[in-house]
Amino acid sequence: MAGSTPALLTADARAAREGLAPQISPALDAWRRFRRHRLAVVSAVILLAMTLAVAFGPALWPVEINDIDFTARLQPPAPAHPLGTDDLGQDLLARMLYGGRISLAVGLAAMVVSLIVGTLVGAVAGISRGSIDAALMWLTDLFLSLPQLPLLLVIIYLFRDVLKAVVGPEGGVFILVVAVIGGFRWMPVARLVRAQFLSLREKEFVEAARALGASTTRQVMRHILPNALGPVIVAGTINVADAIIAESTLSFLGLGFPPDIPTWGRLLFDAKDYLDIAPHWALFAGAAIFLAVLTINFVGDGLRDVLDPRRVM
Amino acid sequence: MQEQTLRALIAQVKDGTMSRRAFTRQMVALGLTAPMAWLMLNHAGVAAAAAKFEYKPTKAGGGGPLKMLFWQAPTLLNPHFAVGTKDQEAARIFYEPLAGWDAEGNLTAFLAAELPSTENGGLAKDGMSVTWKLKQGVKWHDGQPFTAEDVVFNWEYAADPATACVTVATYKDIKAEKLDDYTVKVTFKKPTPFWPDPFVGVRGMLIPKHLFADYKGAKSRDAPGNLKPVGTGPFKFVDFKPGDLVTGERNPDYHVKNRPYFDTIEMKGGGDAVSAARAVLQTGEYDYAWNLQVEDEILKKLEDGGKGQVVIVEGGSIEHIQLNFTDPWTEIDGEKASIKTKHPTLSDKAVRDALNLLVDRGSVEKYIYGRTGVATANFLNNPPRFCSKATRWEFNVDKANQILDAAGWKRGSDGVREKDGKKLKYVYQTSINEPRQKTQAIVKQACQKAGIDVELKSVTSSVYFSSDVGNPDTYTHFYCDLQMYTTTMTEPDPALFMNQFASWEVATKDNKWQGRDITRWRNEEYDKAYRDAEGELDPVKRAALFIKMNELVVGDVAVIPVVYRPNVRAVESKLKLSLSGWDNDMYLVSDWYRETS
Amino acid sequence: MGRYLLRRLLIAVPSLIGISIVLFTVLALAPGDPFGELATNPAVPPEVRAALRAQFGMDDPVLERYFHWLVAMLRGDWGFSFVSRVDVDRLIWQRLPATLFVIGSSQILALLIALPVGVYAATRPYSLFDQIANTFAFIGFSLPTFFTGLLFILLFSIDLGWLPFVYRSDLSATGFSWWWEEFRQAIMPVAVLGMFQGASWTRYVRSAVLDVIRLDYVVTARAKGLREGKVVLKHVVRNALIPVVTLVALQMPTIFGGAIVTEQIFRVPGIGSLLISSILANDTPVIMAVTFVFACLVILFNLIADVLYGWLDPRIAYR
Repeated sequence: MAGSTPALLTADARAAREGLAPQISPALDAWRRFRRHRLAVVSAVILLAMTLAVAFGPALWPVEINDIDFTARLQPPAPAHPLGTDDLGQDLLARMLYGGRISLAVGLAAMVVSLIVGTLVGAVAGISRGSIDAALMWLTDLFLSLPQLPLLLVIIYLFRDVLKAVVGPEGGVFILVVAVIGGFRWMPVARLVRAQFLSLREKEFVEAARALGASTTRQVMRHILPNALGPVIVAGTINVADAIIAESTLSFLGLGFPPDIPTWGRLLFDAKDYLDIAPHWALFAGAAIFLAVLTINFVGDGLRDVLDPRRVM
Repeated sequence: MQEQTLRALIAQVKDGTMSRRAFTRQMVALGLTAPMAWLMLNHAGVAAAAAKFEYKPTKAGGGGPLKMLFWQAPTLLNPHFAVGTKDQEAARIFYEPLAGWDAEGNLTAFLAAELPSTENGGLAKDGMSVTWKLKQGVKWHDGQPFTAEDVVFNWEYAADPATACVTVATYKDIKAEKLDDYTVKVTFKKPTPFWPDPFVGVRGMLIPKHLFADYKGAKSRDAPGNLKPVGTGPFKFVDFKPGDLVTGERNPDYHVKNRPYFDTIEMKGGGDAVSAARAVLQTGEYDYAWNLQVEDEILKKLEDGGKGQVVIVEGGSIEHIQLNFTDPWTEIDGEKASIKTKHPTLSDKAVRDALNLLVDRGSVEKYIYGRTGVATANFLNNPPRFCSKATRWEFNVDKANQILDAAGWKRGSDGVREKDGKKLKYVYQTSINEPRQKTQAIVKQACQKAGIDVELKSVTSSVYFSSDVGNPDTYTHFYCDLQMYTTTMTEPDPALFMNQFASWEVATKDNKWQGRDITRWRNEEYDKAYRDAEGELDPVKRAALFIKMNELVVGDVAVIPVVYRPNVRAVESKLKLSLSGWDNDMYLVSDWYRETS
Repeated sequence: MGRYLLRRLLIAVPSLIGISIVLFTVLALAPGDPFGELATNPAVPPEVRAALRAQFGMDDPVLERYFHWLVAMLRGDWGFSFVSRVDVDRLIWQRLPATLFVIGSSQILALLIALPVGVYAATRPYSLFDQIANTFAFIGFSLPTFFTGLLFILLFSIDLGWLPFVYRSDLSATGFSWWWEEFRQAIMPVAVLGMFQGASWTRYVRSAVLDVIRLDYVVTARAKGLREGKVVLKHVVRNALIPVVTLVALQMPTIFGGAIVTEQIFRVPGIGSLLISSILANDTPVIMAVTFVFACLVILFNLIADVLYGWLDPRIAYR
């Protein structure tokens, strides 16, 4: 605690000062609070760099991802192949950059889906109680108890061709993957948010707001939700990691992207049997996932501080 | 290869200028099976050579435990219900057939006293019956004697459709009768050239009548013996946990002297192939690991562990690419790839020839399968040194380009060749399996260079190999242009294998895609050869017909063979064993022993 | 309280029936059939597959099959495995001990890691300890268990040769050495699962404690001059436990359901591996039984969590 006290003081001091300066817009205010969270800023920069790298990297490093070169198999990092090669002599840097697009996009999108659905279900259940709560919790329990594998096979079977026809092969697969991964990961979020709501709605400050005549929406948006976001942000980071790995599992079921697209999870899986022969193969994919998770977490922490100024640093 | 040539070769074996082994290998090279070669030699009266395997221990027992890893775990122990090889292997520890196929493809007696032949009167001249003499003094594990009654019962049991045995096809068209306590006569409905099928090998394991008699037909699933086998084999049952573990102990009354060497046997299931190989080759925790479909690169590294080595068993299977002869993108009467259609581009022989040139089998062998997959041009297995000139494989992008240019397929603006508005764009599907995806990548890259666009698709195995009528992703629907999988040829009789190109076997909606001709390739000459082979009693003439069929298929590029895949096992250094590609691995587990030094 | 419990239990019955209907429908729609493996075998004629399907009643209409199943389940008959041709409960009972032992221990390990580390890290946010704990937590859940499991095997079994990596359900040893062997073979699967779970729980605990620690009443308690340790334990942790209880309740059913990947890697004969092999083999009765029991546990633990919320925070009323 001691270490963070000055930060708290300066924060309060500045907040007080800003309170006196009405010309500053809320958005700018939020940005200032976010900026003070140094790790969050650094993380945001790294995350942005990663995003840019996967977006434009393939153009700057124009090596074909499926360029098979049997003379350069399982090579450790070297100038010709900065991240080494896999067992078919394919360049890992090119593959990481290309696959990263999908891994990052799927990871982030699936996280957002799971958080939105989870928070919505949890918040509605937690605030309304009664039969709505019972129905929503039934839905949560149902999703928790569904065996994923057969369900995925059913989904592939029922929807793949339909979606392919409507939004094209890539878009269809993306929507399907995000929906499936997000759709299977919102339940813990819902339960957590609901539990927080049950507790928070009885807390003094919410009662105070209620006594002052705040509407339910206002109670939720201004008082309960910001305080319930802690576990949501943690769930978010865990879900990103989970989604990146899950995407690679899906491609084994023929649901995800074709297996020749080297997403990070896929690279990690392919590399695992070569762990004692060519450790570099797994290293970079693992590190990329770790870095993505780490930065998203700190950005999440920063965002919460933005929403909730009372935050301890 | 003509009938005369075959006869000349057999004559050479007879007078000793050619070894049995060389003959067998050459027949295998031509797409026949080793048991088929045995049948020819047997018919010609060439005496069978003794099995090569030498059993050294001088007494039974004393070998301690034998620990085996099966990454697919056995789920049931009744040989008549054995769904996969894993179940057959587990059952084979406890049960035995009358005879089995050894490593060279020779028929060897287990519960038979001798093999039937024309000389000893066991084989009828008209091919209508076989008479088996049973070994005397054999006891079931519970002490009951093994007699002809048991053999006849197995026929009754398996032939009854209500029992729903997977062995039913072997037994439904025969009749077994007891001549005396130790003689059984098998009568066929029609002249049967390949007689060593009932009571032989994988589908010939015998279960005791006294324990199963009350559980024939619909009650079969309630038999306690399904989970607690009582057989005649070298090991007695101890425990079975479905999907996990099978354990057995030495049978002190085993009917072969001084066997088995090991005191207990354990078959642990589950996990994956690579870690199974690690447990044998790197840590030595286990003695034997089954069916290692793993990149050779990894196996070689693991062998450096020094605790064991990889054993390659001849026999086996072929990884091949099938070409669709019907149009998978047009639907007629609710059925795609209907035989009423013709594939818009693959029906052009030039395109098929070009594709054949674009499969870099050499690299697939060298960099993916290694010892576990040998490049091949024949649909049926063949080591390259025996390759006939007619079916040599070649990887040549330039030549493929020339063929396509000559046939009028011009590159479009996107680099993809087309003619009359039809583009060379294919969907290439296979099951999800590491080496297969790598092979797909290699083929795709070569095709790209030749102006053929290939989209890769992979389907999870449990769907791909299912017989689900409603699912378009199964391999029998073949709703795409190219597909690749391994067809296993552990069947001793090639007839079962070769019917997959007979025109009456075409997989269609009408037969719920249960037909075996998946490429929808049809050829009258082939059909005729197959029909002729069905009733041909002279094994040499029959063999010549099969060779011809094989050449027809490969010559017309109905399939593109990729690699021949022998069976791969990991074995602890001191464990000595005999494995056969034509029978279960456990067929001679009684003779496995550990060298002491 | 009593009435509340009774009402919740009564609601659970239709919930379970609803879930069972959805489960059954999904499994009926799922592609594949249990006798698929026979299809690639040229020696098995299609008639055999048809006969088998008929024998196991797979060609009956879905609704009929569902009622058969429901009636049998109510009578305590869990069904009959297509693949192993034995009763499903037999299969499950065989797998239960290993599952309870391995997964149970791993959850305990996860809690033992997460609670102290999470609380301690939250009371000193952004301290060195917190930073290290967080980094390990991030690594912990960034790497999938298939990867860490393999890493452990390579290190402890192959390079060092300390631990076996094939889990055996039939250890031949007796007495103390049995316990020792059991312990040795369980270390790696328990550690892999426990650390994966512990890593994410640590993050939740830390965040929950951080949320509470700045609330007014904690500040008040501290202002009253209570010792820091007492403040943390009495006022903070108790309230912070609400998300933790939620998570543990979410995780408890898997002690029955098993952990598919880890069981596969270490060959633990648990319910997870039974479930996955049944799914791959389309052995519907086994899938149905396992998932249904799982669903019952999900509902049960949700109820338990709701009851515990009231105990942890008495202001949450049972309604």
